[in-house]
Amino acid sequence: MSKPKSAYSQPTKFGKEDHHIIVVWVDNEAGVLARVIGLFSGRGYNIESLAVAEIDKIKHLSRITIVTKGTPEVIQQIKLQLGKLIPVHKVADFSRNDPKILFKELALLKVVGATKKLDKAKKLCKKHDGLILDKTKKSFVIQVTALRREIDKLVTILKPLGLISVSRTGAVAMTKGDEVFTQ
Amino acid sequence: MPKLLSGAEIVFKSLEDQKVEYIFGYPGGAVLPIYDELKNHKTIKHILARHEQGAGHAAEGYARSSGKPGVLLVTSGPGATNAVTALTDAYMDSIPIVCISGQVPTHLIGTDAFQECDTTGITRPCTKHNWLVKDVNDLADIMNQAFRIATTGRPGPVLVDIPKDIQFNKGVYKVSKNKLEKKLNGALTHKINLKEVDKFIEMIKKSSKPIFYSGGGVINSGPKASELLRELVSLTGFPITSTLQGLGAYPGDDPQFLGMLGMHGTYEANNAMHDCDLMINVGARFDDRITGKIDEFSPKSKKIHIDIDPSSIGKNVKVDLAITSDVTELLQAVIKRFKEKNKNFIESNKQKTAKWWTRINEWREKKSLNFINSKETIKPQHAVQRLYELTKNQDTFITTEVGQHQMWAAQHYKFNKPNRWMTSGGLGTMGYGLPAAIGVQIAHPKKLVVDIAGEASILMNIQEMSTAIQYRLPVKIFILNNEYMGMVRQWQELLHDKNYSESYTEALPDFVKLAEAYGAVGIRAKNPDELDEKIKEMIKIDKPVIFDCVVDKVENCYPMIPSGKPHNQMLLGPEDEKEEVSDEGKTLV
Repeated sequence: MSKPKSAYSQPTKFGKEDHHIIVVWVDNEAGVLARVIGLFSGRGYNIESLAVAEIDKIKHLSRITIVTKGTPEVIQQIKLQLGKLIPVHKVADFSRNDPKILFKELALLKVVGATKKLDKAKKLCKKHDGLILDKTKKSFVIQVTALRREIDKLVTILKPLGLISVSRTGAVAMTKGDEVFTQ
Repeated sequence: MPKLLSGAEIVFKSLEDQKVEYIFGYPGGAVLPIYDELKNHKTIKHILARHEQGAGHAAEGYARSSGKPGVLLVTSGPGATNAVTALTDAYMDSIPIVCISGQVPTHLIGTDAFQECDTTGITRPCTKHNWLVKDVNDLADIMNQAFRIATTGRPGPVLVDIPKDIQFNKGVYKVSKNKLEKKLNGALTHKINLKEVDKFIEMIKKSSKPIFYSGGGVINSGPKASELLRELVSLTGFPITSTLQGLGAYPGDDPQFLGMLGMHGTYEANNAMHDCDLMINVGARFDDRITGKIDEFSPKSKKIHIDIDPSSIGKNVKVDLAITSDVTELLQAVIKRFKEKNKNFIESNKQKTAKWWTRINEWREKKSLNFINSKETIKPQHAVQRLYELTKNQDTFITTEVGQHQMWAAQHYKFNKPNRWMTSGGLGTMGYGLPAAIGVQIAHPKKLVVDIAGEASILMNIQEMSTAIQYRLPVKIFILNNEYMGMVRQWQELLHDKNYSESYTEALPDFVKLAEAYGAVGIRAKNPDELDEKIKEMIKIDKPVIFDCVVDKVENCYPMIPSGKPHNQMLLGPEDEKEEVSDEGKTLV
């Protein structure tokens, strides 16, 4: 057979994909993260990064921040499907280019090398208000909070200067001004 | 101090509070405390299936035909995994099922204990929600929520996994106030918006080539929804078509009804969907079997979509007016408003839609459901037609398995009432029909229940014959026996160069003897002359019957939208087959 023959239709339309940050407020109960990420994997949505922690100890509420990529239709489906999950309270969706939203990601970077290279590396980190958490003659660990692409860039330029270990959180997001997201 | 109850007692108390009459299930080690408690609750009857999948489909059949949730009780491990197909089936077709599964004792969870599996993990994607009960004091609340979630919004299955020690532990039966009140399927407000209603009516008034397209949502909304749909369709004088799951919501023999649409739908329904200028989708979901090639689907129409599940709207097809609502509530509002303002709509509209109806009647003239009958062999379509003619004067419930016979049943059996047609549409589960028929017969003991089956599908859950005998359920299994997995064979003929790979069953049981072995009655019909007599005989017997209807082996199911084609390019019969399906088209169905 020349072409594969299956019983299902082929995709015919491809919309433009865009990055979105989805914020989900959930009851912090057993299995809730599995429900959320299972929905993503089960329906074939992307997860580029994920950040989750309890934000209200009394009401047991957690805030999950997911960076994803998809066509407008897919993003819309993600929001609606998340909304159907029982432990989900509300879902917010921010475009990565939304000027009203703050995004931050935290990274810990370990650089090992000779003094000269270390100094050069520190200089490069300065621009991001890096905080040195640990320092030896041969190494340092620096904490950087910045946008994802800024950290990506930093990692690339630190590589030749002795960057040997990277640990990053997923992005977290918050609206600017006195507004709070309500649904 | 409130009275303490064991976990098992709490389970039954909630079932009683929910007015559950029947449980479909199968016992095992991890649910024995619950089975132990059964004897103390006379209002609840347990129906012992022969396989957990069968129990699950029976619960579905019960739910679909009665409008009440089906309850399923299974043990841990294999009991739960066997129920997964039924749960997924219920999830796809939006059937309310509450499944209670036993689990190994709490202290053994995670140790790979005997008959342990991660039931909540496995069933997470095929239920609306599930719970692993870790404290007996949560059980009453969880049970109460389980029923609420299963039956509200877009209905569906839920699962409550109860470890054996929790079934023994003593706790308080206390149901706290429901916190879910505000939330239905993620839509926060369900108030009917008058603006939407007015826009709806405005669109109706503007259109000259309208069509209603109704689905399973109308059935799920309750019998009232079907009445309202009939009223609105008759008020407007518009044509209506229905999905597989929506059959029965609108009378199948009404002149405004164009028959089922979709891959094996009628010529007039599919062409009307393609050429219309207004499509009113009431409780259907633009499934791929309906739309065919999505970017050529009804290109010139404005579309209204009513669905209770907001995630169904805009998923496959963009619409112009989206209304998230229960069908009954919305239709009530629309009809009320419509009557206030448009007393003589039909009269004023007749002229506007006259051309449209002429066009539709031209399509009808094609008589796309016709087939070439034979005097020597029984044609499967003929068999379904005879079954319909001989059973239409009584209130008959039809279930089906999956395949050609299912499509012939949908095409040739005309339904006049909702909840009379139970078929596995979304998941397409072979082996669904017999256990579903058992569930239907439990809910409607005096009614005629027929499972229109294929010889391949029926063998997937044939063990449930034993259940039918045990509870004296006179279900009728009407097998269209062509010795092939007919739909597979049809696809192989049309798309896979007639390479009939593994679709012929070389060895089949003698269905008459098989029926007798179970204690049922077997009937065989081999030629068209004896068909009517034998069907009448079947109907008269007050016992389960397996009817082996030996039909034409190579009949194909037409009409059919071939792969990769839009609605207006259908194959109507063998004479159309010569037109080659493109390579691209072969990858579609």
